[in-house]
Amino acid sequence: MKFGTEIVALGLFAFAALVAAGFGVDEPFRQHMWVLFIVLVGFTVVLLRNTSFARAAAVDPSAYMDGPIRYGAIATMFWGVVGMLVGVVIALQLAYPDLNIQPWLNFGRLRPLHTSAVVFAFGGNALLCTSLYVVQRTSRARLFGGGLAWFVFWGYQLFIVMAATGYLLGITESREYAEPEWYVDIWLTIVWVAYLILFLGTILKRKEPHIYVANWFYLSFIVTIAMLHVVNNLSMPASFLGSKSYSAFSGVQDALTQWWYGHNAVGFFLTAGFLGMMYYFVPKQANRPVYSYRLSIIHFWALIFLYIWAGPHHLHYTALPDWAQTLGMVFSIMLWMPSWGGMINGLMTLSGAWDKLRTDPIIRMMVMAIAFYGMSTFEGPMMSIKAVNSLSHYTDWTIGHVHSGALGWVGMISFGAIYYMVPKLWNRDRLYSLRLVTWHFWLATLGIVVYAAVMWVSGIMQGLMWREYDEQGFLVYSFAETVAAMHPYYVMRAIGGAMYLSGALIMAWNVTMTILGHQREEEPMPGSVPALQPAE
Amino acid sequence: MGLMDRHAIIEKNATLLLVGSLLVVTVGGIVEIAPLFYLDNTIEKVEGMRPYSPLELAGRNVYVREGCYLCHSQMIRPFRDEVERYGHYSLAAESMYDHPFQWGSKRTGPDLARVGDRYSNGWHVQHLTDPRSVVPESIMPSYAFLKDQPIEVKDFSTHLVANGRVGVPYTDDMIAHANADLMAQADPNADTSGLETRYPKAKIGDFDGNPQQVTEMDALVAYLQMLGTLVDFKNYDEAAGYR
Repeated sequence: MKFGTEIVALGLFAFAALVAAGFGVDEPFRQHMWVLFIVLVGFTVVLLRNTSFARAAAVDPSAYMDGPIRYGAIATMFWGVVGMLVGVVIALQLAYPDLNIQPWLNFGRLRPLHTSAVVFAFGGNALLCTSLYVVQRTSRARLFGGGLAWFVFWGYQLFIVMAATGYLLGITESREYAEPEWYVDIWLTIVWVAYLILFLGTILKRKEPHIYVANWFYLSFIVTIAMLHVVNNLSMPASFLGSKSYSAFSGVQDALTQWWYGHNAVGFFLTAGFLGMMYYFVPKQANRPVYSYRLSIIHFWALIFLYIWAGPHHLHYTALPDWAQTLGMVFSIMLWMPSWGGMINGLMTLSGAWDKLRTDPIIRMMVMAIAFYGMSTFEGPMMSIKAVNSLSHYTDWTIGHVHSGALGWVGMISFGAIYYMVPKLWNRDRLYSLRLVTWHFWLATLGIVVYAAVMWVSGIMQGLMWREYDEQGFLVYSFAETVAAMHPYYVMRAIGGAMYLSGALIMAWNVTMTILGHQREEEPMPGSVPALQPAE
Repeated sequence: MGLMDRHAIIEKNATLLLVGSLLVVTVGGIVEIAPLFYLDNTIEKVEGMRPYSPLELAGRNVYVREGCYLCHSQMIRPFRDEVERYGHYSLAAESMYDHPFQWGSKRTGPDLARVGDRYSNGWHVQHLTDPRSVVPESIMPSYAFLKDQPIEVKDFSTHLVANGRVGVPYTDDMIAHANADLMAQADPNADTSGLETRYPKAKIGDFDGNPQQVTEMDALVAYLQMLGTLVDFKNYDEAAGYR
């Protein structure tokens, strides 16, 4: 491989970054361009060192292209550990504020780093690699576009690095889960369109007449995220050599646009995409067909239609007009139905294979994911009811809800998918250790339970303290007193998060050893080998 | 042939599936968001709203940069306890020039929508420098470094122009004086008559206790001190504003 064009293009972009670093109008922008320059030079050097003038081996057009997927699986693990570690750090900062190190490691700059790292770096890479894995196998076709998959993979990693370093430098649009500034947004748009072309192109060259249900979900996730990302990030830069831009919309319109985006980052990034994962990996691991084809059709169309309306429930009792709030609430409650339809379809896929829960910790992980999907999609509609929301909004209850979805559903289904894929991607007979998967399962599950329960208590306590009146009609608590009351819960939450992180570290170890080709000598899982019966 | 069987047509045609799902997901946004741009009663009629002065805008940019919105809301809901704690519930009109909005979604710290004029400049500087020295229970990080960061004012007018392009009514006069106004607002000895006509109710003075230079601390405190102070609620017609 000569990589001629790639090296020239990267070199030119590196030079452009250097120029921008010299002429940038604000300090964070100049620093950010230095980061970009160093990263691009690094890419260029790696490509130069890999240049070979030997004739490239002919590509077998019928074989699956798994290289980017292997990298994606490793990136998923890496960013997962990074994102969760930052999560534990900021949880500890809330309990022990002296852990803030100004300016780069203050809570306000680390928090977007945590959310973006887990949602877009961990979740995004999980979606990227599983979608490319699933679409090839369910279409019986090699990935479309030759090296396009590599561009998508590395382009997405560049987006992650630029977003993450930007947050630490204070470069943010302050739109939750869409914080990167205008130039990083433009780059993501390019990468995302390439991803859409890659995915759609592979579907179009499929050898199967039907498009498999998992691919409906992946496709709608990709196209909807493209729409949300472009509209929500419309902004006017103060200078094309500066980091600051001003949102195209203001105040109430800006708020609803942002939460239309924000809720559907949950709905499409963290739900539709991961449902695609569920529809492929759960039947595969359980070795059973999807429970109901008809239910999956209803699930798909109802879910994508209803989700997009739910944004206003983030703005209950704000200055958003009442009609929009009520509309958002009604659709959020209706959303409960397709969500549970999907949960039932996933769980019932195990009919006839429930015994595997005892013997297969990967299935156990997937089932726990679906169970948490069901719980958080019940909790969500409940919290979208205005009367409930008046208590829960602005409190830690919301944070607890997000984490039962993110840790329970998104995290667990991704872990299950990675455990399933890794031995197959590297041609190993089995994982390094199934017992370590069991350890991971229990640490993660207990971690979530601690986390969610603590946040319920602290969130509801906080909400009740804010509104408590004494018999003379005075507010009972000052705000500072409610902050002080949170301390023990913040500590316990950090412990729950640390348990979840330690599970992920065990997984990283297990996956690494599997990739390296080791197999741990251990007792098989009880029940996985049928006990020998004496001859009659 | 039942409806479900006809679904096979979509399942066999990737373009149909793509276009179909894109159409389905656009409906909600069009119905909910688009009307906010043309329904007249979306933003209440109030007196007193004006664009941010350059120093306030610079302070707001610091507020955004440091992620203050992650722990502080700027949106008081119409409940008895919130109105007693923070003041009159927030109006849509009060954030009409906010690009982007800073309503927030979490109150790890108190709401700041009406924090302006509640504390002295000195209190704010002390609190931002060492939060626990004034509020022992606070878990806020320190922002002492803002005192040492002079504001970069190469050409602040570009920020006003960018805001103007997205609809904030900055006049040519405001844009022409942007850099001078930014410096003057934090200078107790400057002639600020032009500034005060351009930005009524603007707080003027040395905010951070260091008159030698205009720092990000000056800007941030100037921004905090004007939050929620523009609309005069004595003249606000509650019934007319109800939506």
